[in-house]
Amino acid sequence: MPPSPARPDPYRRPYWDTQPPYRFDPYVSTQLRSPAQPLIALPHSLSEVTGPAFGAEFVREGDNDLTVGNGGEPIGERILVTGRVLDENGRPVPNALIEVWQANAAGRYLHKRDQHDAPLDPHFSGEGRTATDANGHYQFKTIRPGAYPWRNHHNAWRPQHLHFSLFGNAYATRLVTQMYFPGDPLLPFDPIFNCVPDERARNRLIAALDWETTQPQHALGYRFDIVLRGRDATPME
Amino acid sequence: MLYATASQTVGPYLHIGLSGLDCADLIAEAPELAGQRIVIEGRVTDGQGEPVPDGMVEIWQANPAGRYRHPDDTRDLPLVPGFTGFGRVPTGPDGGFRFVTVKPGAVPDTAGGPQAPHIMVSVFMRGLVKHVATRLYFADESAANAADGVLSRVPADRRATLIAQPAGQDTYRWDVVLQGAAETVFFDI
Repeated sequence: MPPSPARPDPYRRPYWDTQPPYRFDPYVSTQLRSPAQPLIALPHSLSEVTGPAFGAEFVREGDNDLTVGNGGEPIGERILVTGRVLDENGRPVPNALIEVWQANAAGRYLHKRDQHDAPLDPHFSGEGRTATDANGHYQFKTIRPGAYPWRNHHNAWRPQHLHFSLFGNAYATRLVTQMYFPGDPLLPFDPIFNCVPDERARNRLIAALDWETTQPQHALGYRFDIVLRGRDATPME
Repeated sequence: MLYATASQTVGPYLHIGLSGLDCADLIAEAPELAGQRIVIEGRVTDGQGEPVPDGMVEIWQANPAGRYRHPDDTRDLPLVPGFTGFGRVPTGPDGGFRFVTVKPGAVPDTAGGPQAPHIMVSVFMRGLVKHVATRLYFADESAANAADGVLSRVPADRRATLIAQPAGQDTYRWDVVLQGAAETVFFDI
């Protein structure tokens, strides 16, 4: 029997320490931008289990290839980033919009607030978009982003990363995260990566080198699977 | 069982990747929409009262009939062509945001009774390692607000932070205060 609209199956609450606390003092900007009062837990009504349905109709041909456009090839190491979007119950999330953004190979964002004196690349905007297929698979072709300095603390450098934004099927499944690269020596020093208390949860933010998608003579492949909250219901099957 | 991927901040350069879905006017594509057209204006400020000029506000709401455009909302209520119920804007240099939309109808709570009309709000910015989730209610719905199950979970002295106040013809004012004495109520959803 399908659940009544008034009593939808709720989404599972995060497992202990797998999500970061709002305040994490080593990441200095959290100190004035994090709620200080306790959050108020809500049961999941229709308002929480519904959400905007963005899928393939919001993606144009080529939106998932950040290496084309602007009349030339960007500088840097070409990479393919592939993966699946699943829910916590292991089910693929099909036709789910993914928005990505990143710095260029020199570690510079095409953004007026980025004052790092590394060069911009006239052939790289760092913006991409795609939707998962029926089995939850997605793929981007891009340039490996550079590390860059930031002002969090003395000699602070961000590890190389891509930003990902997803909606999933509900207001409750909204996720913004970052993908990192294996073996990056900056990871142990990065307060953003390290704001996630659970080590395994943290390490799931690191993509894996993937020979299956690596294209000979062309581009290294990295695999990054993304898990969205799943519904906390016992299937009646 | 798998575990949901950890949230990470959007950082300061979020607009590179997220501006493509910007939508400040939720009703522009919905000429058949009935109901009260409204403007929502506000500012996002931090724990020292400083504006947040590098953030993003998303909203999600039902249409005036109280129907969400979503497969889980199977109730026999009309959808409105061109009205998705989703909005997204960057905050301005003064931390400001503004949406043109329509007042939502009531949707059911988990006991089957009506919730007071409300808009779901998510706020993202550098310094937030995961977005904050809150709700906007309307001051001119005082009877519905008094009976609302979500508002009743909020300590009485903090409820006002969730209630948008009239600020001119069909305009409501509602600010997001991240931290401090007037801190907005945020929800664990």
